[in-house]
Amino acid sequence: MPTIVIIGAGPAGMRAAETISRAGLVPILIDEAPRAGGQGYRTPASGISIDTHKLMGSQSKKYQQLHHDFLSIVSSIDYRPETLVWAIENNTLFTLSHNTIATIQFDCLIVASGATDRVYPMPGWTLPGVFTLGGMQLSLKDQGCAIGKKVVLFGSSPLLPLVALQYKNLGVEIAAICDTTGFAGKISALPSMVFSPGTFLRGLSYLASLTLSRTPLFFGVKPLSIEGDHRVRGIRFLTGSGQEKWIECDGVGLGYGLKPETQIADLAGAVFEPDEDLGLWLPRMDQDGRAGKNLYLAGDGAAIGGADAAEASGKLAALAALSSLGVYCDAKQQTRLQNTVRRLRAFQRGLARAFAPPQQFAETLADETVICRCEAIHAGTIRKALALSHTPPEMNRVKAITRCGMGRCQGRMCAPALQAMIIHHANQSLAQTGRLRGQAPIKPIPLSAAGETAP
Amino acid sequence: MTSSTETIIIGGGLVGVWAAYFLARRGRKVLLLEKGFIGAQSSGVNFGNLRLQGRHPDQYPLSLRSQGIWEQLPELIGDSCEYDRTGHLYCAFNSDEAEKLTAYAAVSRSHDLQIENLDRVSIKQRFPYIGKKVIAATFSARDAVANPRLATPATARAAQAYGAVMIENCEATQIEASDKGFEVHTQHGETWSCLYVINSAGAWAANIAKQFGEDVPAFAAGPPQFVTEPVPYRIVPSIQTIDGSVIARQIPRGNVILAGYPRTASDLAANRAPVPPRKTVAGMAALSEVIPSLRSCHVIRVWSGIEAYLPDMIPIIGPSETTPGLFHAFGFCGHGYQIGPGVGLCLSEWICDGQTPTPLEAFGIGRYRTTIAVSEKFKSEFDAGGANA
Ligand SMILES: Cc1cc2nc3c(=O)[nH]c(=O)nc-3n(C[C@H](O)[C@H](O)[C@H](O)COP(=O)(O)OP(=O)(O)OC[C@H]3O[C@@H](n4cnc5c(N)ncnc54)[C@H](O)[C@@H]3O)c2cc1C
Repeated sequence: MPTIVIIGAGPAGMRAAETISRAGLVPILIDEAPRAGGQGYRTPASGISIDTHKLMGSQSKKYQQLHHDFLSIVSSIDYRPETLVWAIENNTLFTLSHNTIATIQFDCLIVASGATDRVYPMPGWTLPGVFTLGGMQLSLKDQGCAIGKKVVLFGSSPLLPLVALQYKNLGVEIAAICDTTGFAGKISALPSMVFSPGTFLRGLSYLASLTLSRTPLFFGVKPLSIEGDHRVRGIRFLTGSGQEKWIECDGVGLGYGLKPETQIADLAGAVFEPDEDLGLWLPRMDQDGRAGKNLYLAGDGAAIGGADAAEASGKLAALAALSSLGVYCDAKQQTRLQNTVRRLRAFQRGLARAFAPPQQFAETLADETVICRCEAIHAGTIRKALALSHTPPEMNRVKAITRCGMGRCQGRMCAPALQAMIIHHANQSLAQTGRLRGQAPIKPIPLSAAGETAP
Repeated sequence: MTSSTETIIIGGGLVGVWAAYFLARRGRKVLLLEKGFIGAQSSGVNFGNLRLQGRHPDQYPLSLRSQGIWEQLPELIGDSCEYDRTGHLYCAFNSDEAEKLTAYAAVSRSHDLQIENLDRVSIKQRFPYIGKKVIAATFSARDAVANPRLATPATARAAQAYGAVMIENCEATQIEASDKGFEVHTQHGETWSCLYVINSAGAWAANIAKQFGEDVPAFAAGPPQFVTEPVPYRIVPSIQTIDGSVIARQIPRGNVILAGYPRTASDLAANRAPVPPRKTVAGMAALSEVIPSLRSCHVIRVWSGIEAYLPDMIPIIGPSETTPGLFHAFGFCGHGYQIGPGVGLCLSEWICDGQTPTPLEAFGIGRYRTTIAVSEKFKSEFDAGGANA
């Protein structure tokens, strides 16, 4: 029996596990988190009672179905929660679980590692009370906590209206929604959105219901600063018409769309290509998610597509893996899933275009702004380094010279900002700018996990 | 069209840029070609140790001369590159190793280096974070560290200020000797003529030597390294165990860096130096035995580099024996960062003065015309089966 390992127990990984289990194999499903569901379909921490039905809104049915289906197979798979994959060497995964390092051999690997928020810093973004949009959603879904009593959502992301609605439904005051893109840009992204009218309407209904309940909405804003002494006191920005505006709040949600978490795919040998449109380096894969020999990518970790695409692409990757291993084949369903995934990802691509990163970010950002939180590297330091000869405008070289991206998170947070600054400085393409290479450990691992002597 | 210069340096690592610096400072015309970016290979990724104790006996004159350059960086290139005279603590786990330490210390002292012998009690007093497994140590105060990511680019800038010309992303693809000197062809189709060529192409240099009939058994490898998250700054000197399991230092911002043995083969063609995870785990275990208080701290990143090693574990430095005007400087076996500036200086003297005052006979390429004895150090630094593991 071949060993299929799935990394990531979100909708993509859960559906992949289910598909493989139904074909009669016992997949190993690994996730760092203690409970299945990933980020979007997260299960609340034990002892926390949340009205998930209300929280998930129109997604509630799918949420319940996914967890219900997973429960029916979880006892017949090898499910390993609270397990971090920190390195990959050939066909061996190195894991860390409860402070113990172990290895797993695989014949086939499905990576469903999800996405993370894309953040562009602004002065004050490291103050307590500032969260990413995804992070503020998680504090609700996991702990039933809001990030403040009066919250401003800022950035350019389909999550802006969604999170606003979730917070509002639970009684939190949304002081403002500030979108750095203009309304016109959104309309021009419409053609690709009609691929999935259902999702499109859902998107509009967020805006509609927010508008109806008189939440201040600003389009085409420019960030100035988040201010406060020990925590957020308010946010300052320029409105679309260029007026300075100050809004008091005790929480800020910041985000500019999502970016795939590709470190595992990188260590597993995926090849990356620049997507100049989205400003992201994405793993190369075929329509089944195949990114290498016995390597499949699914869900938002492969290409941002949202929850529905995650479920479909998880099933699809599993089917493709099963058929190439000669275990099971359902060509018809495979074709159907390929179409679904293609359609949903095309829609998300349209959304991503409608919520583009802030223009002039790199040009206008104040020198004192922290870019790399882990290493405390400021925008001015990066600018100064770039101005010297022998600082080639390439991500890894600028990282080496400035330390930006060298810390605990390995550039997950600061890479988009660093990339924007280099592109602006050298007036060059993303392809020329390069990308931070993935390095083990994917997340920090304690020395004590090595035990007294080597394994 | 062919342009001309006096000296062409192949390779913009630390050795190449220091040779360019000293030549340009003496008013000589020099062109440096770098196939990638200046200081992005071994010179830019190494551990940063400027260790003096425990070096090969024949290397002390060069080594001390080079340390003199490191000690004057601000005066020479206008940048300290985080040079820090931290000292170096060489540690033994048992009495055999302690004896080795004594022997190394005798060599160091014969070159006027101040070495202190420390027993368990004085180790505990002066370096309380060192674990019980270390029973004896020697401390050398002149040993230092400097930031490898900064040193080569900073030297390159200083060399350029003196008139050196440097071209990046420009591989020297072919070098032809003629009776008038050399013609160097680049990947972009240009041809340069010159009187002297310095082969400081790092792990790629052996291929160049071979084209001139000088075949040496060099191979590419690197020590597996890692860095931890920052923790309060306490460990000032570099800490090295004589069995090679731990070479560690903490930088003032708090991160602890580790380089360990055994070395790992790296891929010259793909330009990759993967770190086997098992070696990371072995390094983590070894470090927490030598400095137990680090057990709770986290490793955040691993890396290695592409360095040329030779079976006798000492570099090749000096004139070619087949081709007048050609000079080799490569195969630094993991310790070229410390001597890099000194090597650059000696190369410039060879070209400008026809000789160097530093004794370098032991490092001539001619030694590879006869069979070379494999050094004990070589055997212990690699996995069984050599660099393939
Ligand atoms: C991980 C690691 C840790 C180390 N730690 C230490 C330490 O603590 N202390 C110490 O003293 N030493 C250390 N070393 C060794 C030290 O880094 C090297 O010996 C030293 O940097 C060698 O410098 P170099 O200029 O010869 O080589 P390199 O820095 O490798 O430079 C050679 C350059 O030549 C270029 N090149 C090659 N072929 C061509 C061509 N045909 N045309 C144009 N350009 C070309 C390459 O791209 C490269 O940039 C370490 C090495 C490694 C890998």
